[in-house]
Amino acid sequence: MATMQSLDIRRRSASTETPPQVRKATVEVAKLIDVSKCIGCKACQSACLSWNDLVEPVGYFQGSYDNPMDLTPTSWTVMKFTEIEKGDDLEWLIRKDGCMHCDDPGCLKACPAPGAIVQYTNGIVDFVSENCIGCGYCVKGCPFNVPRISKTDRKAYKCTLCVDRVAVGQAPACAKACPTQAIYFGSKEDMIGHAEKRIVDLKSRGYQNAGLYNPPGVGGTHVMYVLHHADKPSLYAGLPDDPKISPLVGFWKGVMKPISLAAIAFAGVFGFLHYITKGPNEVSEADERKGDDLAGGKRT
Amino acid sequence: MAVTRRQFMKVSAAGLAASSVGALGFVGAGDALAAGVRPFKLERATETRNTCPYCSVSCGVIVYSLGDKSKNAKSSVIHIEGDPDHPVNRGTLCPRGAASLDYVHSPLRLKYPMHRKPGTDKFERVSWDFALDRIATLMKEDRDKNFIAKNRDGVTVNRWLTTGFFATSAQTNEAGYLTYKVMRGLGMLAIETQARI
Repeated sequence: MATMQSLDIRRRSASTETPPQVRKATVEVAKLIDVSKCIGCKACQSACLSWNDLVEPVGYFQGSYDNPMDLTPTSWTVMKFTEIEKGDDLEWLIRKDGCMHCDDPGCLKACPAPGAIVQYTNGIVDFVSENCIGCGYCVKGCPFNVPRISKTDRKAYKCTLCVDRVAVGQAPACAKACPTQAIYFGSKEDMIGHAEKRIVDLKSRGYQNAGLYNPPGVGGTHVMYVLHHADKPSLYAGLPDDPKISPLVGFWKGVMKPISLAAIAFAGVFGFLHYITKGPNEVSEADERKGDDLAGGKRT
Repeated sequence: MAVTRRQFMKVSAAGLAASSVGALGFVGAGDALAAGVRPFKLERATETRNTCPYCSVSCGVIVYSLGDKSKNAKSSVIHIEGDPDHPVNRGTLCPRGAASLDYVHSPLRLKYPMHRKPGTDKFERVSWDFALDRIATLMKEDRDKNFIAKNRDGVTVNRWLTTGFFATSAQTNEAGYLTYKVMRGLGMLAIETQARI
């Protein structure tokens, strides 16, 4: 793919090549979603569709503000609305769902297609559709249940953190559009600093459990949340309290991968040696006749 | 296509062998790491500053279009997003503003004056000259008929209450001032835009 700009790749799915490691200047980027400032207007959803040339089919009202009800191959970000009742009090929690761009991406670990999922040095995890084989392993590997397989082309799709914009020095479309500055974008360091200020402010307003959601179980994320109830992330439409990559992914892609590759290599070598020492099986006339008898006298 | 059992076994074995060789890392090294970032789609697109037409906030937008406005290139809007230099929104937009590309390309968008003649149920396209003449004629007729120069007490009021004027919100202060002056000059009181002039 010819591009006018590029980013170094940190990790590449199902590949054993060593990516370039010398250039260290790349700034790790992050998107900070301040849930306490979000008004649920869905400008981010709209801007995402517009930038990525996506069209979400018109759906049906299902008794919720969520629209569509969940992430789809064409809606890479969706506002999730949760109503929490505490006595007479109603708390309305609104979370922008989408790819978290994990530092240790479960999708990339699970992916068997070389180069279908890449992680750039700035932390962005992107799906390269040309290399995607549509197997759906990324869906199983994702601790946040984000990738979706398109019914049209059987390829996996998710938020790219607008890597095409970030590569030319612009903010993602959702972050740019957000009218309440609930979505911030910048270096990961700056975003953590900004979050700390927001948390101090929220605590002064009585949210004692306010905190930053940057789960260590996936090595931290490049999409972080400021939550007013950081002690219970699952309140926010089931945000995982402690996301971890499924141990099965680690087992098959970690321990089992060299073992199974060795087994394949062994089978190949054994087959070759067997062929040159013993040669192929020969079928004698007697065997053929016996076979014909078993098949009821008819030759197949 | 007829496939014998032996052929089927051979093809399966060949497929398995090929994918095993792939799994062992013997292929694909050439194009590895060559994947670049998706190209930025607005590179060298023509940028035009404009104002979002939806509401009275009147956010600044940048309209990106295909072509460089050279003589043989036909421009077409390909993307719209907030104008970071506009003091009202500083690059942000609401969900409707962020989706205004669809508004530009909507098949339902009104692009020219339409006229529904008395007694028909169909709108048909008319020229701006026709539309403006028709509007002016009707306004004059209505004003001549319903203009109130003096009220019951004989005080001069110069009111024209039977027609209203609805102006755009996406206009400058100067255009708003002119709208107000011209319409109030005719005696009209019902003047409105989403922007409240």
